[in-house]
Amino acid sequence: MSSKNLKLFTTPFNLQNPVTVQVLGICSALAVTVKLKPAIVMGLSVTIVTAFSNLIISYMRDYIPPRIRIIVQLVVVAALVILVDQILRAFVYDVSKQLSVYVGLIITNCIIMGRLEAYAMGNKPWPSFVDGLGNGAGYAMILIIIGFTRELLGSGSLLGHHVVPNAFFQAGYMNNGMMIMPPMALIVVGLIIWIQRSKNPELIESK
Amino acid sequence: MKNFSNTYIYTFSSVMVIVVALLLALAALQLKPFQDKNIEIEKKQNILASINIVATTENAESLYEKYITESFVVNVNGELIEKDAFSVDVRAELSKSNKLDRLLPVYVSTLEGGKKAYVVPLRGKGLWGPIWGYISFEKDLNTIYGANFDHQGETPGLGAEIKEAWFQKPFIGKQIFKDSTQFVSVKVNKGGVDPKNLHAVDAISGGTITSKGLEAMIDSSLIQYKTYFLMNRK
Repeated sequence: MSSKNLKLFTTPFNLQNPVTVQVLGICSALAVTVKLKPAIVMGLSVTIVTAFSNLIISYMRDYIPPRIRIIVQLVVVAALVILVDQILRAFVYDVSKQLSVYVGLIITNCIIMGRLEAYAMGNKPWPSFVDGLGNGAGYAMILIIIGFTRELLGSGSLLGHHVVPNAFFQAGYMNNGMMIMPPMALIVVGLIIWIQRSKNPELIESK
Repeated sequence: MKNFSNTYIYTFSSVMVIVVALLLALAALQLKPFQDKNIEIEKKQNILASINIVATTENAESLYEKYITESFVVNVNGELIEKDAFSVDVRAELSKSNKLDRLLPVYVSTLEGGKKAYVVPLRGKGLWGPIWGYISFEKDLNTIYGANFDHQGETPGLGAEIKEAWFQKPFIGKQIFKDSTQFVSVKVNKGGVDPKNLHAVDAISGGTITSKGLEAMIDSSLIQYKTYFLMNRK
């Protein structure tokens, strides 16, 4: 991978993170992050869909009439999402049950349409694919951080295994029920944005 | 940017839609047998779970063969009907307006030591979508031997807890008939229940609507079997 492509892959992790900088895909970040496992699978599914829809749209970009481009993009994304959903149902049934409607809702994830419009419509297939991978992974990273925090503090477990020692509970420690509610996910996103901005002054808008 | 004619746009969109439709139809057809198999295995796992047998996706079928020795269909009057119990769609049956037309499956399991347990399906509404489950009875058709519940999209950590053992365990030993003939079902009560109470269990804090939906599901599903239960108890 050339350094230019590597940069495409790595910027979404920090300076151009789709969730914390562009503030896209927030709703699924709130909905599927109560437990860590669905957050991981959701992150993976979005990464696959972003990467491949970027690839396909980039191959088609010279033939897509601009007047109907949004519809064309939607059809490609929807087809990929339905495929992912069907495959999950056939081969990893229990995971697909956990994600339930959220797999279908990947179609409405702004990150995917955002990358198609902003990148794949004007760039070659391979860089588009890498760009999709990077943005999907940047999104997955945030989901995993939120899922980790919420499951640990809200349920005292990670991936379903209890990790908070019983001695803590005997000493009066309690799981934070607030962490299970969607608003806490928003607060965790806010905290991540705060930390990220205090470390990267270039993200702060000039007054 | 190139300018495209209307004809091109129409042709492009038609071809694209047809290609995508074909592709998805093909994928759906190819994957359908795997998906149906998963659903069937899950149903067997759920039935087994209601008689307190934990089955994995791999051994569910053989365990089902081993323990579920008989299954049949009855109607609300407790009469036997010639039908395969496993293929009955409980949701469709419960929505039939004429109660006499409803097919009610019963699964009989023979456990270690020749003990019998009777499993019946449940179906109802939670907060966000359908909830369902299986409940098994001792041979008196009154005392609950085990219960298993599942849901489509209840809130994780709240309503979704109906899936967990801590919620299902207290159902064991509860009774659905009071003074042996009065049908009272099992209530799901908020704010603590005396463990000695034979007709109630604790609800989930923060999951009140799901808990109440579950209570309604047990009541409305089991009342259909009332006559059969009263006629066949031992």
